[in-house]
Amino acid sequence: MIYFDNSATTQVEDSVLETFMKVSQKMNGNPSSLHKLGDVADGLLQQSRKQIASIIGVQESEIYFTSSGTEGDNWAIKGTAIEKMRYGKHLITTMIEHPAVKESMAQLEQLGFEVTYLPVNEEGIISAADVKSAIRPDTILVSIMAVNNEVGSVQPIEEVGEVLREYPSIHFHVDAVQAIGKVPLDLSSSSRIDLATFSGHKFHGLKGTGFLYIKRGRIIAPLLNGGGQEKGRRSGTENVAGIAAMARALRLLFDQKEQKIAAQKQIRDYMIDELEKYSKVQLFSTKNGAPHIVCFALTGIRGEVSVHAFEKEEIFISTTSACSSRNKTSSSTLAAMNVPNKIATGAVRVSLTDTNTKEEAQQFLRSFEKLYENFKNIK
Amino acid sequence: MQYNEVMVRYGELSIKGKNKKAFISRLAQNVKAALYDFPEVKVHGERDRMHLELKNADSDEVLKRLEPIFGIQNYSPVMKLDRDMEQVKKVAIEMVREQYAPGKTFKIATRRADHEFPLDTNDINLMLGDEIIDHIEGIQVQMKKPDITLRVEVRLNGIFLSSQTIQGAGGLPVGTSGRGMLMLSGGIDSPVAGYLAMKRGVEVEAVHFHSPPYTSPRALQKAKDLTSKIAAFSGRLQFIEVPFTEIQEEIKKNVPEGYLMTVTRRFMMRITDRIREQRRGLAIFNGESLGQVASQTMHSMIAINDVTNTPVLRPVVSMDKNEIIDIAKKIDTFELSIQPFEDCCTIFAPPAPKTKPDLQKTRDFEARLDVEGLIERAMAGLVMSTISVGDTLEEQQHEAFSDLL
Repeated sequence: MIYFDNSATTQVEDSVLETFMKVSQKMNGNPSSLHKLGDVADGLLQQSRKQIASIIGVQESEIYFTSSGTEGDNWAIKGTAIEKMRYGKHLITTMIEHPAVKESMAQLEQLGFEVTYLPVNEEGIISAADVKSAIRPDTILVSIMAVNNEVGSVQPIEEVGEVLREYPSIHFHVDAVQAIGKVPLDLSSSSRIDLATFSGHKFHGLKGTGFLYIKRGRIIAPLLNGGGQEKGRRSGTENVAGIAAMARALRLLFDQKEQKIAAQKQIRDYMIDELEKYSKVQLFSTKNGAPHIVCFALTGIRGEVSVHAFEKEEIFISTTSACSSRNKTSSSTLAAMNVPNKIATGAVRVSLTDTNTKEEAQQFLRSFEKLYENFKNIK
Repeated sequence: MQYNEVMVRYGELSIKGKNKKAFISRLAQNVKAALYDFPEVKVHGERDRMHLELKNADSDEVLKRLEPIFGIQNYSPVMKLDRDMEQVKKVAIEMVREQYAPGKTFKIATRRADHEFPLDTNDINLMLGDEIIDHIEGIQVQMKKPDITLRVEVRLNGIFLSSQTIQGAGGLPVGTSGRGMLMLSGGIDSPVAGYLAMKRGVEVEAVHFHSPPYTSPRALQKAKDLTSKIAAFSGRLQFIEVPFTEIQEEIKKNVPEGYLMTVTRRFMMRITDRIREQRRGLAIFNGESLGQVASQTMHSMIAINDVTNTPVLRPVVSMDKNEIIDIAKKIDTFELSIQPFEDCCTIFAPPAPKTKPDLQKTRDFEARLDVEGLIERAMAGLVMSTISVGDTLEEQQHEAFSDLL
């Protein structure tokens, strides 16, 4: 089996799963309990928080555990909207965001907020200048993903941050779900980023885990009210086993990170070079993009058909993004890139992780060659 | 850079005549205690200074551990090399390069203890100076007040290079002034009082009162964590837990509210004094300061101090709260101290304790209790432990969870 759908989800790493099981079996107290079982769970929770904070270069007090990337995005956006609505009701985002962002924005629009959706160029990249011209006196949030989940385009987060330095009261949210461990992301105290979303299962942790970075001093309203966990900002009994497992997964992700990125880049570049040779292939990812995503279309063949054809060969890829791939609609990122619908429906995405090898890429290309010849005749 | 020796210069103690030997050996002990997990380090306490042979111990870590030890004026990391000038050149360049930043100046200061060495002081100064100018671009020589002074000592057993002098903590080696009992609650003041006592050479032992189930295991752990923080200044500390539940319950039952606090503190003072006797201590230290709340008036001190003739020393007595907090932050106890766990001083705390307790009334109320019996039972239940630097809950958890994370 070749698993090339790592932007949808990753395999849980063995020792990460072991941590999850050990904690579930032996340290299953509620961190809020006063007795020693609670103390142990709380200690592990705080150690996990500390480890995660130190890996991504922020303070412990700036990490809030969530259940998913989707929750993080919803919280950052709606939490900002609720907290700051008396100062303004204008939000800025892009046309290529993950549905967790897009749908949160849509819901706010129904409640009377206004949203500006920034366009992208043909590589799927927004411009910082557009951000600047979209800012209004009543703008309260700018939300931009660091790496696009469909084509892997890397957004100019630093430049947008520079623009936003002149507007210190606007919250700057970055969906970093696809970026962590793949592209540099500066969250140090000098960075302009206020909020950043992360998801555990995208880096070999378990589903149902994630965290939101909230810069010290920034306030967003809670969405989950209750027992006052996470300093009263995100209630709900903490998923200690999942969180500890995620802390481990993150440590492993950052272990020899540069070599891993370089290796994925090499495979990605190799695949781009090879795919480019086919006349009916149109590539949407570039070598400037994130090191783990190759998105391309085979003209005239629907993406879904390609996915199933590869599946027969035990190769698992995806149409553009797993979250929208069950719907018939074509990719919104590609639409935003002005790719004609006819071509966009043929798009598929290969997404890598650090355990993928060049041999797997070669195997994939051999299968592709076969399918290509086959489909060529059908059409 | 990995150094293989450290030279330690003594502080105030170099002026003490007769006691000097005792001071030096005590300092050596304290240094060894602070380096307890580096058994390979050899400590040689000589008349004028102390040498640490590091063997393969991490020199950065050793230097860091020396920083808080009282009785050290300053210290320098040293490279001891064979008498081979090629090797000396290499290390000299590396050492200066580590400290060099554009615009900085340097000089070489050579001393020869071995006058038979073929090169004389000037030869060595010139040779190493040339070498450094050749290898570090932009560096300038300056004889008066250079930024970097590379000291070279030629001795029979080798050539010693050093270029940094690190300020020590000053004060007197812990233990040279005798032993004292510190009444350690979980608050901000008492760890600071302990630190100040240690600074003047007192070997401090921490006495902590706890009253389960009114006080939680976390409150006890917090006191231990605080002890571990101040252990940084002496290597390790004796920690003595006093079971205090029965006494507090008895007082609560029999003493009017206004006098609860005063009588409670008299018991603490008595028990601390008993422990002092047992441990052959000379004085009692606590974190009392003069203020407006009930436990901090001079009237209150009279009523509490009434139970003993032992000197009760209050190092923070005249400090403002902010001054105490500044020190607490410096010794890294502040964040721990403000954790919200109830200790013995806050449970049963009456809404309105007497700010001016009457001594005679205090004695009368206390007479209702079986003072001797209560104290004896508490003394029988003492728990002693030794706490070292790094014995904090945080560290234990870090250790315990490292496999998982």
